[in-house]
Amino acid sequence: MEKYLYTALFAPLVSSLFVALFASRPKMLFTGVIASILIAISMVSSFVLLIDVNTHGALHVNMMDWIVAGNLYIPFGFVVDEVSVIMMVTVTLVSTVVHIYSIGYMDHDKSFNRFFSYLSAFVFSMMILVMSDNFVGLFIGWEGVGLCSWLLIGFWYHKHSASWAANEAFIMNRIADLGMLMGLFLIYWNVGSLQYEEVFATLKDLDSVVVATIGIFLFIGAMGKSAQFPLHTWLADAMEGPTPVSALIHAATMVTAGVYLVIRCGELYSMIPDVGFAIASLGAFVALFAASMALVNNDLKRIIAYSTLSQLGYMFVAAGLGAYWIALFHLMTHAFFKSLLFLGAGNVMHAMHDELNIKKMGGLYGSMKATAILMSVASVALAGIYPLAGFFSKDKILEVAFNEGAYFLWFALFIGAGLTAFYSFRLVMLVFFGEKEYIKHGFHPHEAQPFVIYALLPLGLLAVIAGWFEHQFEGFTTRLLARYEIHISHGIEIVLIGATLCIAVGGIAFAIYKYQRGGFSKTWEEGFFYKLLSNQYYIPKVYELYIMRPFTMLSQFVWQKIDMKVVDFTVDSIARTIYKTGEKSRKMQSGNLSDMLRWMVVGMVVLLVLALFYRPMA
Amino acid sequence: MITLTHYLILTGLLFAIGLVGVMRRTNLLMLFFSTEILLNAVNIGFVAVSKYYGDFTGQMFAFFIIAVAASEVAVGLGLLILWYKRNGSVDLNSLQMMKG
Amino acid sequence: MYEVIAFYIFSILTVGMFGIVVMSKNALYAMSALAGGMIFISGFFFILDAEFLGVVQIVVYSGAIMALYAFGMMFFDTTRDVSEKMRSKKIAYTLSIISAVLIVAILCMPLVSESIEASYPAMENVGNIQMVGLILFTKYLVPFELAAIMLLVAMISGIVLASKKMDEHLAIEEDECEMLKEGK
Repeated sequence: MEKYLYTALFAPLVSSLFVALFASRPKMLFTGVIASILIAISMVSSFVLLIDVNTHGALHVNMMDWIVAGNLYIPFGFVVDEVSVIMMVTVTLVSTVVHIYSIGYMDHDKSFNRFFSYLSAFVFSMMILVMSDNFVGLFIGWEGVGLCSWLLIGFWYHKHSASWAANEAFIMNRIADLGMLMGLFLIYWNVGSLQYEEVFATLKDLDSVVVATIGIFLFIGAMGKSAQFPLHTWLADAMEGPTPVSALIHAATMVTAGVYLVIRCGELYSMIPDVGFAIASLGAFVALFAASMALVNNDLKRIIAYSTLSQLGYMFVAAGLGAYWIALFHLMTHAFFKSLLFLGAGNVMHAMHDELNIKKMGGLYGSMKATAILMSVASVALAGIYPLAGFFSKDKILEVAFNEGAYFLWFALFIGAGLTAFYSFRLVMLVFFGEKEYIKHGFHPHEAQPFVIYALLPLGLLAVIAGWFEHQFEGFTTRLLARYEIHISHGIEIVLIGATLCIAVGGIAFAIYKYQRGGFSKTWEEGFFYKLLSNQYYIPKVYELYIMRPFTMLSQFVWQKIDMKVVDFTVDSIARTIYKTGEKSRKMQSGNLSDMLRWMVVGMVVLLVLALFYRPMA
Repeated sequence: MITLTHYLILTGLLFAIGLVGVMRRTNLLMLFFSTEILLNAVNIGFVAVSKYYGDFTGQMFAFFIIAVAASEVAVGLGLLILWYKRNGSVDLNSLQMMKG
Repeated sequence: MYEVIAFYIFSILTVGMFGIVVMSKNALYAMSALAGGMIFISGFFFILDAEFLGVVQIVVYSGAIMALYAFGMMFFDTTRDVSEKMRSKKIAYTLSIISAVLIVAILCMPLVSESIEASYPAMENVGNIQMVGLILFTKYLVPFELAAIMLLVAMISGIVLASKKMDEHLAIEEDECEMLKEGK
């Protein structure tokens, strides 16, 4: 089985390196095809491993030693267990679809080859992240995906906004990664190993304060990667990248790495329920907070990005409350319907010549039926309507919140579910139905190429059926993860499901009703709440005013006062001294042998003085 | 009784005389004489050390120094004659082509 | 006792001779004084039981090298006083005196490493010349051969340099002098 493991892991790397050979050449179709094939091979291997893990249990290989220094022993070890195999399957499946989709989407881009090289490099880093059997490997993958994310957000680097967004994402993640690193150092300091197994085996002997500190630091890392408040601003700006990137990295895989980390460290977090509850509270807050921002935004991709943020909040609620398998389940279903949503949005963008304002669309159903249907399916799934995928996973999270007695969290998520349904259908209504605004702006939309639509079909199918495997999924993953018992009685459960369904359906119905009649009136847009929401609660402004500006001023001060006047001055004066010494001592070089001999004797006298007074052996 | 120190002081004195010559002389031929004095001063030192430590290495060194001095004189005089033929003078002040 | 007397006599003579070499204005005097000084130095070698080296000193230095100088001087005008335009004599003397004092000070101090061990100690019942031969042709064979090659090279170069255009006029060659001045 090891060969499947290595295939799954290294096929993306081979793809990336091979395509990188042609990175600076003009578009070559075969690079995209070969990359897609290699990623598909990785996907097939992942499925084989899934079946194997299901029958034979986890697979653990030790490829080679990496760092062996003193007490520090870190191997290149990979583990394929119930959690990582689910992640592998999800990642490679979405990646394959995105790769094939990108062949169509990036068709006219002159950096076609470079794009596939980055994309495959991302998949490789993600596989390292999920497959590693120790924290250091996880961290390598963690940084690798961060790097690829930076490369891909800033893919159109000639656009200022794109390079700015890339840097923002990278720097935000860097702040969080510091927390993660501190967590890793603390683990090594207290445990003496970074292997998952050894760490979790010795955790219970540790002081609970230490465990809590480790948990908090690791979660800070997860907050950055998964864009949780207050490090969330980068995700919306990251939409500057090409849409397949948004679908793959900023919806399905990379942003869920934080959730994966919490799930992976489940044994750690289950020892510190207070920290877990804080995580859950933050998750619930983000779920509501992000959903509210999605309500009013007019940018097609940003709406979906806020929706992603909100759904990540749901996952953290589940993970924080100890329902790890449910978090993983929602992670998987979300990956399917959210990437489908993004890829559909990509089709719309393509049809509208990169126009993103949904107010300028409307009535696109006529010209792009397939995309409209797929996106509607994804939206229904996202809204959590029975029997689509989102229903099963999201409903479970609400049940967990209720079961833990955290009624406040439950209520936040409940409201969030309604908002989710509303903004999803606001998007669908404004883009695909209603008045044909695009005619006024002179667009001629057309449906994407057929193979692109076919590539989306598996995702569409999974967005519908993924939830039906809930029990198999539970049985499979709880072999490794902690089991989660729900104690609420069947009756209340039915009531809860009904309520959630009601609010979701209500949200959808309200959106359809309102936007069929032309949406809200202009007066709404003047209101305080609208402005607050559309300005993202002024958080970017606050960051700019209170963090970026002072920091820029500090940097300028350091540059002009300290760097120029102290450091540079010192260096310059050294150079000036040397120059002046040279100018002065040039006179020594008179060309007269007598003078030279005299200088020689001076040198000899100096050496004699040294010999007289310097006694190394004495 | 004559000790090693006596010889070494003599060596130092002769060496200093040589140095005076090296710095004072501007005639190249006389400069060569002064360098011979330097070499001989060192030779006395080597042989004296050799004697007082009962080690022949010093004498060997002195022997090779004499060989080097002989070669130096042969080449140096050849160059000196060539220079004199071209310039009509062996004064140091007449050769300042290396002025920087 | 004789040793002490000999040492002081030779010392005074050598220093005096070399003083003349350094101070004299006449090249011929200087050369003669140098030859004398060389012979007195060989006296030190005899005092120090280095007979072979003493002989070599007389033969090579006083014989060969001084003869070479003498022949060399035939090219120059030796009867005339050498006029040397000395600049800043004080510096030269000060430096020399300082270095002499320093050397003496250093040499008068007890030796830094008292435990010098002879690497080629003198053997009993073996004469100086025999000993020199033994060491020179065993331990120092390669340097000895190299010295021979060096002497050969020096000899050839001396001949080549000095014999260049020997048949031509020895005074300044006009055109070459012009070229030198222009080249500068």
